[in-house]
Amino acid sequence: MNFASIKQTWFANVRGDLLAGIVVALALIPEAIAFSIIAGVDPKVGLYASFSICVIIAFAGGRPGMISAATGAMALVMVLLVKEHGLQYLLAATVLTGVLQILAGVLKLGALMRFVSRSVITGFVNALAILIFMAQLPELTNVTWVVYAMTAAGLAIIYGFPYITKAIPSPLVTIVVLTGISIAMGLDIRTVGDMGELPSSLPVFLLPDVPLNLETLKIIFPYAATLAVVGLLESMMTASIVDDLTDTPSNKNRECMGQGVANIATGFIGGMAGCAMIGQSVINVKSGGRGRLSALTAGTLLLVMVVFLGRWVSQIPMAALVAVMIMVSIGTFSWDSVRKLREHPPSSSIVMIATVVVTVSTHDLAKGVFVGVLLSGIFFAHKVGRVLRVDSASEDGGQTRVYRVVGQVFFASSEAFIAAFDFKEVVPKVRVDVSRAHFWDITAVSALDKAVLKFRREGTEVEVIGMDEASATLVDRFAIHDKPGAVEQLMH
Amino acid sequence: MNKVYACIDGLKTTTAVVDWAAWSANRLGVPLELLHVLERDPDSTAVTDFSGAIGLGAQEMLLQQLSDLDAQRGKLAQEAGRQMLASSQARAKAAGVPQVDGRMRHGEFVDTVIELEPDARLFVLGEHYQAVTASKLHLDHHLERVIRAVKRPVLVATTEHFAPPEQFVLAYDGSPTAVKMVETVARSPMLKGLPALVAMCAADTPAAWAQLGVAKGLLEGTGFAVETTLLPGDPENALPPLPQLQGAALLVMGAYGHSRIRHLVIGSTTTTLLRMSKVPVLVMR
Repeated sequence: MNFASIKQTWFANVRGDLLAGIVVALALIPEAIAFSIIAGVDPKVGLYASFSICVIIAFAGGRPGMISAATGAMALVMVLLVKEHGLQYLLAATVLTGVLQILAGVLKLGALMRFVSRSVITGFVNALAILIFMAQLPELTNVTWVVYAMTAAGLAIIYGFPYITKAIPSPLVTIVVLTGISIAMGLDIRTVGDMGELPSSLPVFLLPDVPLNLETLKIIFPYAATLAVVGLLESMMTASIVDDLTDTPSNKNRECMGQGVANIATGFIGGMAGCAMIGQSVINVKSGGRGRLSALTAGTLLLVMVVFLGRWVSQIPMAALVAVMIMVSIGTFSWDSVRKLREHPPSSSIVMIATVVVTVSTHDLAKGVFVGVLLSGIFFAHKVGRVLRVDSASEDGGQTRVYRVVGQVFFASSEAFIAAFDFKEVVPKVRVDVSRAHFWDITAVSALDKAVLKFRREGTEVEVIGMDEASATLVDRFAIHDKPGAVEQLMH
Repeated sequence: MNKVYACIDGLKTTTAVVDWAAWSANRLGVPLELLHVLERDPDSTAVTDFSGAIGLGAQEMLLQQLSDLDAQRGKLAQEAGRQMLASSQARAKAAGVPQVDGRMRHGEFVDTVIELEPDARLFVLGEHYQAVTASKLHLDHHLERVIRAVKRPVLVATTEHFAPPEQFVLAYDGSPTAVKMVETVARSPMLKGLPALVAMCAADTPAAWAQLGVAKGLLEGTGFAVETTLLPGDPENALPPLPQLQGAALLVMGAYGHSRIRHLVIGSTTTTLLRMSKVPVLVMR
């Protein structure tokens, strides 16, 4: 990397980046606390993670202007691990996640993202929004009316305050006002301090306290693999969203490795695994952040504020946090995808909805994406399979029947291919013209075999003409109809 | 490699760049292409929303807002660029270049130049490429990066005035690279027929004179009228005051010779010479 591009990505937009960094830092604090609570760990785990990931990605990431920190998507994956094995195993899994992500970057697996269709991405984002929202529900059940009133007031401030001024982040106003009311009136409601320990010092280096053996690896590996996949998925998606918003390119493989480095470091200072955040990145760009400086500012400021204002942070009522998280969930949700549900082709809408349903019911974003990708593959095969037409014509005064095959012959269309031939017709000669068809796989070749041999068994002479080179190679290697003793082989 | 590229930006050296490019294209007998790169200026993000609140459809709305803004700006920049290209094209045609093309590209200036390099025989640039109000180093940043990045010669228009050169001075140090540079100049039709002065900054020793003799021999071999001179001191101090470099002339020199780190610490001869020179400089690799 040369001098000029350092200048370009760091110092081209200093004022905008610094201001956006402040806005993001203020919005990150409630999120980091909320996601720690989702994962079932002390708020300080999420806060340390948000600091370290944010700062390291500023240097190591491949997408300037994107914000990474402790996220809901990752927190949801680690719930069970924390519940069954405790924090130390989470820290070890975080380090392993980083290692796997670096590996993915080295192997350039970022390119695999092209198999994840737009509908799957939208489904992922929507599922994430729904999960973040659902994670707030425990704070809103079995509580007094005061909590509901506080949450409603919080939301009113968040969305109403920008009409008065856009110079101050409205989530900050919400938190300050609600905390003030709660302290002044001595309300007996849950506060952040009730949820666990807050950072009282700067983070220190520590090794995860787990036995280094195969048993540990067996426990953490499945979680680390899922975390790595989910982290990279959300990071790549967020990167392409930021690409779109700023109309600038990003380096996806560098981002993979950057996420890995960030997670490894985070595991060693007692933070939970994280990745890029869609909501925060949108907030960052909206506030004018474009370069690496905004992520650095956000991370550093977050830690400074939490360490020095820890006494006040612990007084924040959970209702204020819930209001902020509802805003994040609403802002993350892709509203367009619902509005255009009917305009989009039904297959795309089904893929999107399936991704959402699977994710929300399993609480696992990786499974949702897997189902989405699988479904889009099947739909695609189905669509291409329909691109097959077989016309037939009689020639030589009824002595020859000519079939003209146009389109793609493969596993999804081979049945239609065979069904297009009329085996009952009695003609001395059949010619199959495949010059405008392509045979893609072994299923296609065996379908051709079946058709040719079936004609032969009826005593019809068959000729296949015009096969393109790639199809011919496949047929040469795997077909039997063009080799001696073909009919006998078919019968066995 | 058969074109002269004139990199124009609408700032004050533009007409000089076009004139020098036209002169070079005529000399070399190759077509001229005018290049204008529309760079995105990241400073100009006009969104001032620090509310930090994201509502329903926030992402879609933000994308709409930002792309509308870019679209407006892009249209203006394109229109301005088109007008500038048209007037520059007319100017180059008037100067007698038979084939003048115009080309506008989006992206980073240096990246664009590197992309076009395979087609290029010579790049012509204005010195103060980007007129941002910052330090001198910043002013020359584009230029410096281009000179470091490309292997083709770069002609730098250091002033706003153009006058066909009546002679040229070749900054020479006797190194193998410098000898190669002399060979290239000797072969090229660009400076044919102009009297040459080969100047070397070194102590007055027979060895130095012998090295000057090599350069003189090479140039005379292809029909140049050559004088030589040996100057005391550093090139950046000794060369600019030369009487031969006060009028209509051209300075020919090699590009950045030493390492990045040394450049950061003590500055580069090439950069300093570019800054000090009153006449255009032809920088060669």
